[in-house]
Amino acid sequence: MEPNTAIPTERSAAQARAPMIGFGLNHFIGAQAQQKLLAFLSLIVMFIFFCFASPAFGQMDNVIAIMQATAVDGVLGISATFVIITAGIDLSVGTLMTFTAVMCGVFLTDWGFPMWVGILAAIGTGALCGSVSGFLIAKLKIPPFIATLGMMWAVKGLSLIVSGVKPIYFNDTPNFYRISQDSLIGYVVPSMPIPNGVLIMFVLAIFATIILNRTALGRYTFALGSNEEAARLSGVNVDAWKIAVYALAGAITGVAGLIIASRLNSAQPALGQGYELEAIAAVVIGGTSLAGGAGTILGTIIGAFIMGVLTNGLRILSVAQEWQTVVTGVIIILAVYADILRRKRA
Amino acid sequence: MLKKWHIGVALGALLAVGFSAGASADEAYIPLISKGFQHQFWQAVKLGAEQAAKKDDVRITFEGPETEAQVDKQIDMLSAALAKHPNAIGFAALDSQAATPLLKKAQSEKIPVIAFDSGVDSDIPLTTCHTDSVASAALAADKMADMIGDAGEVAVIVHDQTSRTGIDRRDGFLNEMKAKHPNIKIVSVQYGAGDHLKSAEIAKADLQAHPDLKGIFGANEGSAEGAAIGVKESGRKVVLIGYDSGKEQMDAIRSGLMAGAITQNPIGIGACVVDSAVKALKGEKLPTNIDTGFYWYDKTNIDDPKIAAVLYN
Repeated sequence: MEPNTAIPTERSAAQARAPMIGFGLNHFIGAQAQQKLLAFLSLIVMFIFFCFASPAFGQMDNVIAIMQATAVDGVLGISATFVIITAGIDLSVGTLMTFTAVMCGVFLTDWGFPMWVGILAAIGTGALCGSVSGFLIAKLKIPPFIATLGMMWAVKGLSLIVSGVKPIYFNDTPNFYRISQDSLIGYVVPSMPIPNGVLIMFVLAIFATIILNRTALGRYTFALGSNEEAARLSGVNVDAWKIAVYALAGAITGVAGLIIASRLNSAQPALGQGYELEAIAAVVIGGTSLAGGAGTILGTIIGAFIMGVLTNGLRILSVAQEWQTVVTGVIIILAVYADILRRKRA
Repeated sequence: MLKKWHIGVALGALLAVGFSAGASADEAYIPLISKGFQHQFWQAVKLGAEQAAKKDDVRITFEGPETEAQVDKQIDMLSAALAKHPNAIGFAALDSQAATPLLKKAQSEKIPVIAFDSGVDSDIPLTTCHTDSVASAALAADKMADMIGDAGEVAVIVHDQTSRTGIDRRDGFLNEMKAKHPNIKIVSVQYGAGDHLKSAEIAKADLQAHPDLKGIFGANEGSAEGAAIGVKESGRKVVLIGYDSGKEQMDAIRSGLMAGAITQNPIGIGACVVDSAVKALKGEKLPTNIDTGFYWYDKTNIDDPKIAAVLYN
């Protein structure tokens, strides 16, 4: 569990500028919640800035585009959060996402199964590959970085082999696009046609938060990351729980596979590499430490949105692409450094 | 509480670009969404587009995903470009089907779409500015046949087996050999992802496996330059034909390591997109396809002004 951070006694510059807010925060919510609130405030400030900088940015269409672009990174981020809290890392989420999409395509387009089978195929493939990674790490003691690096390439190759190096289109499953592109919210509130992919991300985030904070699996996820040896000595079957965490992360990656496949209406076998780093970036911007033992799903979702807003905003401002990349890198470093400073003060 | 400070820095950096972006509002704005960005080829397309934009007095931006696999990133770019309500749009689709909903949106908002390079598989674009890849690779095959005496073994190194250019250049070369040069045997077709090192290893393996190999065709810049490295390292003498330009390839042609190469006209492609968009905005009618041309170049004509103009380092 995250250690309870003490409230700083001296008043920082930021608090001096806003004494009322600082006072209120310190009294009503803990420091950990403050951090999240500040991350959320950074997101809001960034959003407001882009709105002023360009009238095109704040239009409903564009806001929806940002959410849609964030959905995949957000879901991959949720998957990565579980693994990173155990002090592990999963480099395979990007290519595994693709492999789950390809397997879904195999079941639906090549074999003609109904849609729900394809959905189970994607999630099941993810869970299976995740548990293989978990087994390699827990039982064979291969370091997570290496085990998932191997998995990253293995499933990348399998995607190409299984698909025959061609995109698999979902034209025979006419409702498949609805998973990501249709909008249930739009039926209720016609002025806000938020795509289902985004809805799935939020629902999944709520479930993940419940698992992390209210179940045995969640408790052991934190225990593995903060002191694995202590957990083992107190009789916890750490190997089994570790495999379970990686399997869960894999299943969530399968959901990301469904979202991206539905959005593109195809499984693109060569896609995926590099997405693991975006997911990890979202997790660390959201305040989860790579050292393990601490982290929140809400932070990761905020982190994913910070990346999404930044990418879209810079594009809307027509910033040269080279500079977009530089700014993204700088923001990641600053966000994590701010978090380190906060921990030091605490 | 350093969060505020970091936001400050980010905003400061952004503010500058924000103002510069908003400066020229009355010129027509035409974003180009390309299939790539970092390769010299795309930089040459960008250059051509920028030159034409200056001439035509329009404002352009040029963006593309990091790799040609990132279909979803390209869709995000297209979506951001449409949010800016551009006057026209240039687009080279990585996957036409994935882009269809957004292209329909552009159509409904009466934003003319000009396709380029591999184009867009739909009737929404008003025209497509591209190279006839099949014909260009067929020319490479004819040149190869000519130089090896119309008989013998030849290997082909292609950048990938999914992209339109990969498929068309491979098939253009293979079909021409089959149809017109029956005594030439293609002993190997392999894919090196346009990566120099991988392509070099493929070339060396081909040379090792086929002692009588007479020629190698590298179907893009990375494949050709990699093949040149492989041939050089193995010390064998084969007829090497490349595609596109780039400094290494041009040096190899000048030194005689490479017999010659096909070049597209990337600067012409970029200019064609912007010029066509401007014409569309004026209400002029455009042909369905605009072939921006391709050329054979070797040691003898590499410095010819007409050729030099379309080559890039």
